[in-house]
Amino acid sequence: MPDDHHHHDHDHSELSDTQLRVRALETVLTEKGYVDPAALDLLIETYETKVGPRNGARVVAKAWADPAYRARLIKEATAAIAELGYAGRQGEHIVALENTPKTHNMVVCTLCSCYPWPVLGLPPVWYKSAPYRSRAVSDPRGVLKDFGVSLPAETEIRVWDSTSEIRYLVVPMRPAGTEGWSEEKLAELVTRDSMIGTGLARQP
Amino acid sequence: MNGAQDIGGMHGFGPVEPEPNEPVFHADWEKRAFALSLAMTMPGQWNIDMSRFARENRNPAEYLSMSYYQIWLAALVSMLEERTLVAEDEIAAGHSLHATKAVPRILSAADVEQVLYRGGPTERKTSTRAAFKAGDRIRARNVNPATHTRLPRYVRGHVGTIERVIGCHVFPDSNALGAGENPQWLYTVRFDARELWGEAADPSVKVSVDAWEPYLEAI
Repeated sequence: MPDDHHHHDHDHSELSDTQLRVRALETVLTEKGYVDPAALDLLIETYETKVGPRNGARVVAKAWADPAYRARLIKEATAAIAELGYAGRQGEHIVALENTPKTHNMVVCTLCSCYPWPVLGLPPVWYKSAPYRSRAVSDPRGVLKDFGVSLPAETEIRVWDSTSEIRYLVVPMRPAGTEGWSEEKLAELVTRDSMIGTGLARQP
Repeated sequence: MNGAQDIGGMHGFGPVEPEPNEPVFHADWEKRAFALSLAMTMPGQWNIDMSRFARENRNPAEYLSMSYYQIWLAALVSMLEERTLVAEDEIAAGHSLHATKAVPRILSAADVEQVLYRGGPTERKTSTRAAFKAGDRIRARNVNPATHTRLPRYVRGHVGTIERVIGCHVFPDSNALGAGENPQWLYTVRFDARELWGEAADPSVKVSVDAWEPYLEAI
Protein backbone atom coordinates (compact mmCIF):
# COMPACT_ATOMS: atom_id res chain seq x y z
CA MET A 1 0.00 0.00 0.00
CA PRO A 2 1.33 3.46 -0.92
CA ASP A 3 0.60 4.98 2.50
CA ASP A 4 2.06 2.09 4.45
CA HIS A 5 5.18 3.99 5.44
CA HIS A 6 3.26 7.02 6.64
CA HIS A 7 0.89 4.77 8.57
CA HIS A 8 3.74 3.16 10.46
CA ASP A 9 5.30 6.53 11.35
CA HIS A 10 1.95 7.66 12.63
CA ASP A 11 1.64 4.52 14.76
CA HIS A 12 5.05 5.11 16.28
CA SER A 13 4.29 8.57 17.62
CA GLU A 14 0.88 7.39 18.85
CA LEU A 15 2.50 4.48 20.63
CA SER A 16 5.01 6.57 22.49
CA ASP A 17 2.26 8.93 23.68
CA THR A 18 0.24 5.96 24.82
CA GLN A 19 3.29 4.35 26.39
CA LEU A 20 3.89 7.50 28.45
CA ARG A 21 0.26 7.74 29.47
CA VAL A 22 0.13 4.11 30.63
CA ARG A 23 3.35 4.56 32.58
CA ALA A 24 1.97 7.72 34.24
CA LEU A 25 -1.29 5.98 35.09
CA GLU A 26 0.51 3.01 36.60
CA THR A 27 2.62 5.34 38.76
CA VAL A 28 -0.44 7.25 39.98
CA LEU A 29 -2.34 4.06 40.79
CA THR A 30 0.69 2.59 42.56
CA GLU A 31 1.29 5.75 44.62
CA LYS A 32 -2.36 5.70 45.66
CA GLY A 33 -2.03 2.08 46.71
CA TYR A 34 -4.66 0.84 44.22
CA VAL A 35 -2.34 -1.57 42.42
CA ASP A 36 0.55 -3.78 43.44
CA PRO A 37 3.12 -3.72 40.60
CA ALA A 38 4.15 -7.29 41.48
CA ALA A 39 0.56 -8.39 40.86
CA LEU A 40 0.66 -6.68 37.45
CA ASP A 41 3.87 -8.55 36.55
CA LEU A 42 2.27 -11.82 37.59
CA LEU A 43 -0.89 -11.19 35.54
CA ILE A 44 1.22 -10.54 32.45
CA GLU A 45 3.42 -13.55 33.07
CA THR A 46 0.36 -15.77 33.52
CA TYR A 47 -1.09 -14.91 30.12
CA GLU A 48 2.26 -14.78 28.33
CA THR A 49 3.57 -18.11 29.58
CA LYS A 50 0.97 -20.24 31.40
CA VAL A 51 -2.49 -19.76 29.95
CA GLY A 52 -2.72 -20.31 26.21
CA PRO A 53 -3.98 -22.60 23.44
CA ARG A 54 -1.81 -25.53 24.62
CA ASN A 55 -4.37 -25.89 27.44
CA GLY A 56 -7.23 -26.24 24.98
CA ALA A 57 -5.19 -28.61 22.81
CA ARG A 58 -4.80 -30.93 25.81
CA VAL A 59 -8.56 -30.86 26.36
CA VAL A 60 -9.30 -31.66 22.71
CA ALA A 61 -6.66 -34.39 22.51
CA LYS A 62 -8.07 -36.03 25.61
CA ALA A 63 -11.57 -35.88 24.15
CA TRP A 64 -10.28 -37.55 20.97
CA ALA A 65 -8.49 -40.29 22.89
CA ASP A 66 -10.91 -40.95 25.73
CA PRO A 67 -14.60 -41.49 24.85
CA ALA A 68 -15.74 -41.14 28.48
CA TYR A 69 -13.96 -37.78 28.75
CA ARG A 70 -15.42 -36.67 25.43
CA ALA A 71 -18.92 -37.45 26.75
CA ARG A 72 -18.26 -35.39 29.90
CA LEU A 73 -16.85 -32.52 27.85
CA ILE A 74 -19.89 -32.37 25.58
CA LYS A 75 -22.28 -32.62 28.52
CA GLU A 76 -20.62 -30.24 31.01
CA ALA A 77 -17.52 -28.65 29.53
CA THR A 78 -16.66 -26.36 32.45
CA ALA A 79 -16.35 -29.31 34.84
CA ALA A 80 -14.56 -31.54 32.32
CA ILE A 81 -12.03 -28.80 31.59
CA ALA A 82 -11.50 -28.20 35.32
CA GLU A 83 -10.46 -31.87 35.60
CA LEU A 84 -7.29 -30.82 33.75
CA GLY A 85 -6.82 -27.84 36.06
CA TYR A 86 -8.10 -25.11 33.74
CA ALA A 87 -10.79 -22.77 35.06
CA GLY A 88 -11.63 -19.23 36.00
CA ARG A 89 -11.67 -15.81 34.48
CA GLN A 90 -13.42 -15.62 31.11
CA GLY A 91 -14.07 -19.34 31.27
CA GLU A 92 -16.56 -19.56 34.11
CA HIS A 93 -19.19 -21.15 31.88
CA ILE A 94 -17.74 -23.08 28.93
CA VAL A 95 -19.63 -25.00 26.26
CA ALA A 96 -17.80 -27.41 23.93
CA LEU A 97 -18.95 -27.57 20.30
CA GLU A 98 -18.07 -30.69 18.39
CA ASN A 99 -17.35 -30.46 14.67
CA THR A 100 -18.65 -33.30 12.54
CA PRO A 101 -18.72 -33.99 8.79
CA LYS A 102 -22.22 -32.42 8.83
CA THR A 103 -21.61 -29.37 11.02
CA HIS A 104 -18.71 -26.95 11.32
CA ASN A 105 -18.77 -24.62 14.33
CA MET A 106 -17.15 -21.19 14.37
CA VAL A 107 -17.00 -18.75 17.29
CA VAL A 108 -17.05 -14.95 17.26
CA CYS A 109 -17.85 -12.08 19.60
CA THR A 110 -19.36 -9.37 17.39
CA LEU A 111 -19.83 -6.93 20.29
CA CYS A 112 -16.36 -7.08 21.85
CA SER A 113 -13.81 -9.87 22.24
CA CYS A 114 -15.29 -12.63 24.44
CA TYR A 115 -13.01 -15.66 24.24
CA PRO A 116 -12.38 -18.71 26.49
CA TRP A 117 -9.22 -17.54 28.26
CA PRO A 118 -8.48 -20.59 30.46
CA VAL A 119 -8.25 -22.86 27.41
CA LEU A 120 -7.09 -20.51 24.63
CA GLY A 121 -5.37 -17.64 26.44
CA LEU A 122 -5.90 -14.06 25.26
CA PRO A 123 -7.45 -13.63 21.81
CA PRO A 124 -5.29 -12.82 18.77
CA VAL A 125 -5.66 -9.39 17.17
CA TRP A 126 -7.65 -10.70 14.19
CA TYR A 127 -10.30 -12.17 16.53
CA LYS A 128 -10.83 -8.73 18.08
CA SER A 129 -10.68 -6.90 14.74
CA ALA A 130 -13.53 -5.31 12.80
CA PRO A 131 -13.05 -7.52 9.69
CA TYR A 132 -13.62 -10.72 11.69
CA ARG A 133 -16.35 -9.42 13.98
CA SER A 134 -18.33 -7.88 11.11
CA ARG A 135 -18.15 -10.76 8.64
CA ALA A 136 -18.12 -13.92 10.76
CA VAL A 137 -21.91 -13.75 11.18
CA SER A 138 -22.84 -12.72 7.64
CA ASP A 139 -20.17 -14.37 5.48
CA PRO A 140 -18.52 -17.17 7.48
CA ARG A 141 -17.47 -19.07 4.36
CA GLY A 142 -15.72 -15.93 3.11
CA VAL A 143 -13.94 -15.61 6.46
CA LEU A 144 -12.90 -19.26 6.30
CA LYS A 145 -11.46 -18.54 2.85
CA ASP A 146 -9.33 -15.78 4.40
CA PHE A 147 -7.88 -18.59 6.54
CA GLY A 148 -7.43 -20.86 3.54
CA VAL A 149 -10.23 -23.17 4.64
CA SER A 150 -12.85 -24.43 2.22
CA LEU A 151 -15.66 -26.74 3.33
CA PRO A 152 -18.19 -28.70 1.26
CA ALA A 153 -21.29 -26.67 0.30
CA GLU A 154 -23.50 -29.15 2.14
CA THR A 155 -21.66 -28.78 5.46
CA GLU A 156 -23.73 -26.64 7.84
CA ILE A 157 -21.76 -23.65 9.08
CA ARG A 158 -22.86 -22.92 12.62
CA VAL A 159 -21.68 -19.54 13.93
CA TRP A 160 -21.83 -18.82 17.68
CA ASP A 161 -21.86 -15.14 18.63
CA SER A 162 -20.59 -14.96 22.23
CA THR A 163 -22.99 -12.32 23.51
CA SER A 164 -23.22 -13.63 27.10
CA GLU A 165 -20.71 -14.96 29.65
CA ILE A 166 -20.88 -18.40 28.03
CA ARG A 167 -17.57 -19.16 26.33
CA TYR A 168 -17.34 -21.58 23.43
CA LEU A 169 -14.59 -24.08 22.62
CA VAL A 170 -14.69 -25.85 19.27
CA VAL A 171 -13.62 -29.50 19.26
CA PRO A 172 -12.24 -30.02 15.74
CA MET A 173 -12.56 -33.33 13.92
CA ARG A 174 -9.82 -35.81 14.66
CA PRO A 175 -7.66 -36.34 11.58
CA ALA A 176 -7.66 -39.79 9.98
CA GLY A 177 -4.53 -41.86 10.40
CA THR A 178 -4.05 -41.02 14.08
CA GLU A 179 -5.45 -44.23 15.51
CA GLY A 180 -3.65 -45.30 18.65
CA TRP A 181 -1.79 -41.99 19.07
CA SER A 182 -1.05 -40.77 22.59
CA GLU A 183 -2.80 -37.66 23.92
CA GLU A 184 0.52 -35.81 23.86
CA LYS A 185 1.05 -36.58 20.19
CA LEU A 186 -2.57 -35.78 19.30
CA ALA A 187 -2.33 -32.41 21.08
CA GLU A 188 0.35 -31.36 18.57
CA LEU A 189 -2.30 -31.48 15.84
CA VAL A 190 -4.70 -29.17 17.64
CA THR A 191 -4.18 -25.55 16.57
CA ARG A 192 -5.64 -22.47 18.23
CA ASP A 193 -7.63 -21.63 15.09
CA SER A 194 -9.11 -25.14 14.97
CA MET A 195 -10.56 -24.49 18.45
CA ILE A 196 -12.12 -21.18 17.29
CA GLY A 197 -13.44 -22.79 14.13
CA THR A 198 -11.42 -20.74 11.65
CA GLY A 199 -9.12 -23.68 11.02
CA LEU A 200 -9.00 -27.45 10.99
CA ALA A 201 -6.75 -29.78 12.97
CA ARG A 202 -3.34 -30.43 11.37
CA GLN A 203 -3.03 -33.53 9.24
CA PRO A 204 -0.49 -36.05 10.54
CA MET B 1 -26.21 1.28 22.65
CA ASN B 2 -26.19 1.39 18.87
CA GLY B 3 -22.47 2.14 18.86
CA ALA B 4 -19.48 1.19 16.77
CA GLN B 5 -18.94 -1.95 18.83
CA ASP B 6 -22.06 -3.51 17.30
CA ILE B 7 -20.61 -4.33 13.89
CA GLY B 8 -22.01 -7.76 13.02
CA GLY B 9 -22.94 -7.69 9.32
CA MET B 10 -21.16 -4.45 8.41
CA HIS B 11 -19.21 -4.23 5.16
CA GLY B 12 -16.00 -2.54 4.13
CA PHE B 13 -13.47 -3.63 6.76
CA GLY B 14 -11.60 -5.84 4.31
CA PRO B 15 -10.26 -9.36 4.78
CA VAL B 16 -9.30 -10.96 8.07
CA GLU B 17 -5.53 -10.86 8.37
CA PRO B 18 -4.11 -13.51 10.71
CA GLU B 19 -0.60 -12.76 11.94
CA PRO B 20 1.75 -15.78 11.89
CA ASN B 21 3.42 -16.49 15.25
CA GLU B 22 1.56 -13.62 16.83
CA PRO B 23 2.88 -12.51 20.24
CA VAL B 24 0.43 -12.26 23.15
CA PHE B 25 1.11 -8.52 23.35
CA HIS B 26 2.52 -6.18 20.69
CA ALA B 27 4.02 -3.53 22.96
CA ASP B 28 5.07 -3.18 26.56
CA TRP B 29 2.31 -0.63 27.23
CA GLU B 30 -0.29 -3.17 26.10
CA LYS B 31 0.87 -5.54 28.83
CA ARG B 32 0.63 -2.84 31.47
CA ALA B 33 -2.77 -1.55 30.22
CA PHE B 34 -4.10 -5.11 30.26
CA ALA B 35 -2.79 -5.84 33.75
CA LEU B 36 -3.95 -2.49 35.15
CA SER B 37 -7.45 -3.12 33.77
CA LEU B 38 -7.58 -6.56 35.38
CA ALA B 39 -6.09 -5.47 38.69
CA MET B 40 -8.42 -2.48 38.97
CA THR B 41 -11.49 -4.73 38.95
CA MET B 42 -10.45 -5.94 42.42
CA PRO B 43 -11.37 -2.75 44.36
CA GLY B 44 -14.97 -3.43 43.25
CA GLN B 45 -15.68 0.08 41.97
CA TRP B 46 -17.29 -1.27 38.79
CA ASN B 47 -18.44 -4.55 37.25
CA ILE B 48 -17.68 -6.22 33.91
CA ASP B 49 -20.79 -4.82 32.23
CA MET B 50 -19.85 -1.28 33.28
CA SER B 51 -16.38 -1.92 31.81
CA ARG B 52 -17.86 -3.06 28.51
CA PHE B 53 -20.08 0.00 28.37
CA ALA B 54 -17.13 2.28 29.16
CA ARG B 55 -15.31 0.75 26.17
CA GLU B 56 -18.15 0.99 23.68
CA ASN B 57 -19.54 4.36 24.83
CA ARG B 58 -17.57 6.64 22.55
CA ASN B 59 -17.86 8.38 19.21
CA PRO B 60 -18.05 5.63 16.55
CA ALA B 61 -15.30 7.22 14.42
CA GLU B 62 -13.05 7.34 17.47
CA TYR B 63 -13.87 3.75 18.48
CA LEU B 64 -13.01 2.42 15.04
CA SER B 65 -9.75 4.35 14.87
CA MET B 66 -8.43 3.08 18.21
CA SER B 67 -6.52 -0.14 18.80
CA TYR B 68 -7.96 -2.71 21.19
CA TYR B 69 -5.83 -1.83 24.19
CA GLN B 70 -6.18 1.89 23.48
CA ILE B 71 -9.91 1.34 24.00
CA TRP B 72 -9.23 -0.58 27.22
CA LEU B 73 -6.98 2.22 28.47
CA ALA B 74 -9.49 4.95 27.62
CA ALA B 75 -12.26 3.02 29.39
CA LEU B 76 -10.11 2.44 32.47
CA VAL B 77 -9.23 6.12 32.70
CA SER B 78 -12.84 7.22 32.23
CA MET B 79 -14.07 4.85 34.96
CA LEU B 80 -11.32 6.00 37.35
CA GLU B 81 -12.10 9.66 36.67
CA GLU B 82 -15.88 9.24 36.94
CA ARG B 83 -15.41 7.73 40.39
CA THR B 84 -12.86 10.41 41.33
CA LEU B 85 -10.22 7.77 42.05
CA VAL B 86 -7.80 9.50 39.68
CA ALA B 87 -7.87 12.97 38.09
CA GLU B 88 -6.62 13.94 34.66
CA ASP B 89 -4.02 16.35 36.12
CA GLU B 90 -2.52 13.43 38.05
CA ILE B 91 -2.04 11.42 34.86
CA ALA B 92 -0.54 14.51 33.21
CA ALA B 93 1.85 14.97 36.15
CA GLY B 94 2.59 11.25 36.45
CA HIS B 95 2.04 11.44 40.21
CA SER B 96 -0.71 11.35 42.77
CA LEU B 97 -1.64 14.98 43.57
CA HIS B 98 -4.92 14.64 45.44
CA ALA B 99 -6.20 12.84 48.50
CA THR B 100 -6.63 9.11 48.00
CA LYS B 101 -10.11 7.67 48.20
CA ALA B 102 -10.22 4.48 50.26
CA VAL B 103 -11.11 1.25 48.45
CA PRO B 104 -12.06 -2.00 50.22
CA ARG B 105 -9.39 -4.22 48.69
CA ILE B 106 -6.73 -4.40 46.01
CA LEU B 107 -5.20 -7.29 44.06
CA SER B 108 -2.02 -8.48 45.74
CA ALA B 109 0.50 -10.66 43.97
CA ALA B 110 -0.22 -13.44 46.44
CA ASP B 111 -3.88 -13.51 45.39
CA VAL B 112 -3.46 -13.40 41.60
CA GLU B 113 -3.59 -17.12 40.96
CA GLN B 114 -6.61 -17.72 43.15
CA VAL B 115 -8.52 -14.69 41.85
CA LEU B 116 -7.99 -15.74 38.23
CA TYR B 117 -8.91 -19.35 39.01
CA ARG B 118 -12.10 -18.30 40.76
CA GLY B 119 -13.20 -15.89 38.02
CA GLY B 120 -16.62 -14.29 38.21
CA PRO B 121 -19.40 -16.78 37.54
CA THR B 122 -22.65 -15.10 36.45
CA GLU B 123 -25.14 -17.94 36.94
CA ARG B 124 -27.65 -17.27 39.74
CA LYS B 125 -30.25 -19.33 41.56
CA THR B 126 -33.82 -18.47 40.74
CA SER B 127 -37.31 -19.45 41.75
CA THR B 128 -38.74 -18.27 38.43
CA ARG B 129 -39.44 -20.60 35.53
CA ALA B 130 -38.04 -20.13 32.08
CA ALA B 131 -40.69 -18.77 29.71
CA PHE B 132 -39.28 -20.65 26.71
CA LYS B 133 -38.06 -24.15 26.01
CA ALA B 134 -35.83 -25.69 23.37
CA GLY B 135 -37.56 -25.70 19.99
CA ASP B 136 -39.78 -22.67 20.68
CA ARG B 137 -39.95 -20.06 17.93
CA ILE B 138 -39.38 -16.54 19.22
CA ARG B 139 -38.73 -13.07 17.90
CA ALA B 140 -35.82 -10.94 19.10
CA ARG B 141 -37.38 -7.69 20.23
CA ASN B 142 -36.88 -4.53 18.24
CA VAL B 143 -35.32 -2.49 21.04
CA ASN B 144 -32.74 0.29 20.82
CA PRO B 145 -31.55 1.22 24.30
CA ALA B 146 -28.97 4.01 24.43
CA THR B 147 -27.46 2.17 27.41
CA HIS B 148 -25.54 -1.13 27.50
CA THR B 149 -27.18 -4.16 25.92
CA ARG B 150 -25.94 -7.47 24.53
CA LEU B 151 -28.61 -7.93 21.85
CA PRO B 152 -26.84 -7.15 18.59
CA ARG B 153 -28.69 -5.09 16.01
CA TYR B 154 -28.43 -7.74 13.32
CA VAL B 155 -30.87 -10.07 15.12
CA ARG B 156 -33.40 -7.49 16.36
CA GLY B 157 -36.85 -8.05 14.94
CA HIS B 158 -35.88 -11.44 13.52
CA VAL B 159 -37.43 -14.84 14.20
CA GLY B 160 -35.29 -17.61 15.61
CA THR B 161 -35.48 -20.88 17.51
CA ILE B 162 -34.54 -21.54 21.11
CA GLU B 163 -31.73 -24.07 20.89
CA ARG B 164 -30.86 -24.33 24.56
CA VAL B 165 -32.01 -23.00 27.91
CA ILE B 166 -28.68 -22.04 29.47
CA GLY B 167 -29.70 -20.98 32.96
CA CYS B 168 -30.40 -17.84 34.93
CA HIS B 169 -27.62 -15.26 34.56
CA VAL B 170 -26.80 -11.69 35.62
CA PHE B 171 -28.58 -9.32 33.24
CA PRO B 172 -25.97 -6.99 31.69
CA ASP B 173 -28.47 -4.27 30.78
CA SER B 174 -29.27 -3.76 34.51
CA ASN B 175 -25.81 -4.53 35.86
CA ALA B 176 -24.14 -1.96 33.60
CA LEU B 177 -26.41 0.74 35.03
CA GLY B 178 -25.63 -0.15 38.64
CA ALA B 179 -29.26 -1.24 38.95
CA GLY B 180 -28.37 -4.66 40.36
CA GLU B 181 -27.76 -8.05 38.86
CA ASN B 182 -31.45 -8.62 38.06
CA PRO B 183 -30.77 -12.23 36.91
CA GLN B 184 -32.77 -13.42 33.91
CA TRP B 185 -33.15 -16.67 32.00
CA LEU B 186 -30.57 -16.95 29.25
CA TYR B 187 -31.02 -18.88 26.00
CA THR B 188 -29.04 -19.83 22.93
CA VAL B 189 -31.19 -18.61 20.04
CA ARG B 190 -30.45 -19.87 16.53
CA PHE B 191 -31.31 -17.98 13.35
CA ASP B 192 -31.15 -19.02 9.71
CA ALA B 193 -28.76 -16.79 7.78
CA ARG B 194 -31.55 -16.16 5.28
CA GLU B 195 -33.80 -14.81 8.05
CA LEU B 196 -31.04 -12.39 9.08
CA TRP B 197 -29.55 -11.41 5.73
CA GLY B 198 -32.20 -12.16 3.14
CA GLU B 199 -32.92 -14.76 0.49
CA ALA B 200 -29.51 -14.42 -1.15
CA ALA B 201 -27.76 -15.62 2.02
CA ASP B 202 -26.08 -19.02 2.22
CA PRO B 203 -28.77 -21.56 3.21
CA SER B 204 -26.16 -23.73 4.96
CA VAL B 205 -25.35 -21.02 7.53
CA LYS B 206 -26.96 -20.77 10.98
CA VAL B 207 -26.03 -18.09 13.50
CA SER B 208 -26.80 -18.02 17.21
CA VAL B 209 -26.63 -15.42 19.92
CA ASP B 210 -27.08 -15.90 23.64
CA ALA B 211 -30.11 -13.84 24.61
CA TRP B 212 -31.68 -13.03 27.96
CA GLU B 213 -35.43 -13.46 28.28
CA PRO B 214 -36.24 -9.72 28.21
CA TYR B 215 -34.71 -9.61 24.70
CA LEU B 216 -37.24 -12.13 23.37
CA GLU B 217 -40.95 -12.27 22.63
CA ALA B 218 -43.18 -15.25 21.92
CA ILE B 219 -44.67 -15.50 18.44
